[in-house]
Amino acid sequence: MVAPDSLSMPEVSVAQGVVVLRGDWTLRALSPQLARMRRVLEQSRSVASWDLGGVSRLDNFGAQLLWRHWRQTRPGQLRAAPELLRVIDAAEALGNAALPAPPRHWLAPVHALGDPLLALVSHIVELLRLVGQLGIDLAYLCVRPQLWPLREFSANLFKTGVRAMPVTALVGFLIGVVLSYLSALQLKAFGADIFIVNILGLGIIRELGPVLVSVLVAGRSGSAMTAQLGVMRVTEEIDALATMGISRHVRLVLPKVMALAVAMPLLVLWASGVAILGGMVSARLQLGIGFGFFLQTLPTVVPIANLYIAIAKGAVFGVVIALVACHFGLRVKPNTESLSANTTASVVSAITAVILMDAVFAIATRHIGVPL
Amino acid sequence: MTAPVVELAGIVTRFGKTVVHDGVDLAIPAGEVVTLVGGSGSGKTTLLREIVGLLTPTAGEVRLFGEPLHSGSRAEQVRRRRRFGMLFQQGALFSAFDVFDNIAFPLRELRCLTADEVHDAVMLKLAMVELQPEHGLRMPAELSGGMIKRVALARALALEPELLLLDEPTAGLDPDRSAAFVRLIRALQAQLGLTVVLVTHDLDTLAALSSRVAVLAERRILACDTLDRIIELDHPFVERFFRTETSRRAMARGLESI
Ligand SMILES: Nc1ncnc2c1ncn2[C@@H]1O[C@H](COP(=O)(O)OP(=O)(O)OP(=O)(O)O)[C@@H](O)[C@H]1O
Ligand SMILES: [Mg+2]
Repeated sequence: MVAPDSLSMPEVSVAQGVVVLRGDWTLRALSPQLARMRRVLEQSRSVASWDLGGVSRLDNFGAQLLWRHWRQTRPGQLRAAPELLRVIDAAEALGNAALPAPPRHWLAPVHALGDPLLALVSHIVELLRLVGQLGIDLAYLCVRPQLWPLREFSANLFKTGVRAMPVTALVGFLIGVVLSYLSALQLKAFGADIFIVNILGLGIIRELGPVLVSVLVAGRSGSAMTAQLGVMRVTEEIDALATMGISRHVRLVLPKVMALAVAMPLLVLWASGVAILGGMVSARLQLGIGFGFFLQTLPTVVPIANLYIAIAKGAVFGVVIALVACHFGLRVKPNTESLSANTTASVVSAITAVILMDAVFAIATRHIGVPL
Repeated sequence: MTAPVVELAGIVTRFGKTVVHDGVDLAIPAGEVVTLVGGSGSGKTTLLREIVGLLTPTAGEVRLFGEPLHSGSRAEQVRRRRRFGMLFQQGALFSAFDVFDNIAFPLRELRCLTADEVHDAVMLKLAMVELQPEHGLRMPAELSGGMIKRVALARALALEPELLLLDEPTAGLDPDRSAAFVRLIRALQAQLGLTVVLVTHDLDTLAALSSRVAVLAERRILACDTLDRIIELDHPFVERFFRTETSRRAMARGLESI
């Protein structure tokens, strides 16, 4: 028996027309000097007589190295212990086993063009199906009110709403300060200081608040939802749910959609409020406009309709983010690569969808709440 | 006398308040096939994880190839890790790679093999575990439970290890494949003096392979001896595990198959 840690160096020598190998021909012994061994072996190519009597150990890797060197044929004369011959036999028995080449199709360029388009179509179809399924489930739940997933709803509300308050406040406040500061510089030049209230009020409440919060929530909660559903796919937890007769739409998707539909408008109000506070602080420092005056003027220059638009936007964006996140989460294939790809796609698509929806809102509400 | 390949001294493992091991001592000499048996939840997997350094025991020392597990420079530790292969209970294949790349991965990490050498080595490993070359293109999610086990074994064998740690390698294999697995391990052992630590509940495999059996019960190794002597041990676990009529029949079958 060879001691486990003793390692004798593999050696090659040629004596009287016989290649003599010595030492350990194992992956561990060979790998530090593989390039040199390949070269040395190459020099003794034409020799037909090999003596492996001095080889203390030969593993499959060593045998395959020799076998490849012998060009898949046994040398004319080969002297080796029977155990070593068995290893060489194994290398020989393998023959020319090769990985089948992936099939190449002559239509590949057409596929390269068409596949993304078909993928887009399948995304849209699946998203529609998800929405439809949710509609059916909602109708079903109205008949069976005891099945409402209220616990999950409240847990999601806490995770996506309450937990998001600090970060949305921080970002909102800073944006408010910056916006107010930059506007103040311009307004001062025209002596139009008083319009800071209009700019901040309209800009933040109607546009910036909902979009800003959407971007934050998509990055924060959307990605988390996709990753959670994705991991449940990878670990077959969703299949386990299905076998228990529990609908994944009712149990996993619906609470998320409901939670964001409720949490987002509240977050929008919260973040807009803090942003206006930031703007007020900056306006007071820059232009000397007092808090009292600012708050008094705000309702007169910003019609209340803008607040309703903001709340509606929040709810719609929330539903969009949750739907997109769940859609991508349920598409995850059971491997880590697909999980990361879908999580990325989820965040990017959610933000894009929100901005598209915002444009739709801008057109649809162009006559509402804008003082002319 | 060479140092044992695996040496555990006074291993204590605690998870919070639960004590899993309380003074485990075990020495496994080179060339042995030691089967670790014990009830479910007795800490067999945990012990394997401690041997390979995935888990640090609360107290006690693990020595591999005669040296403490975490001794030496970084390069030495990497070299030590390449001398053993582990088959995880759940397979633990890389889900983003196909079967071929899973097995090729440790070989490529050596950074000194050519693509041809890697290819041939992987093909040989696939043949060893009786998989077809076509299976090389499958993703882990497209494999059956038993195939996952076999690919995981092929990956554990990729670096031609001297020590093989197998956590329930035959669970999920049909009897034919279990017998093939037994033959494979025996062949590898004859070639290389491979040392194997095996966790199994499969008495056929146990009887056919083990040169010794270690019984893990009451949070320590009760005994580590040949199967004949272990069977005679006077302990309720041994009684239930080895001395029922079905176990005797299974072991007889295993011994026959050699
Ligand atoms: N990370 C952990 N945290 C807490 N407890 C753990 C942890 N890992 C294992 N345990 C506990 O340690 C004990 C031993 O677990 P282990 O997985 O080693 O069992 P096993 O002997 O391999 O069982 P089986 O035969 O069922 O695979 C169990 O009681 C388990 O609950
Ligand atoms: Mg286990």
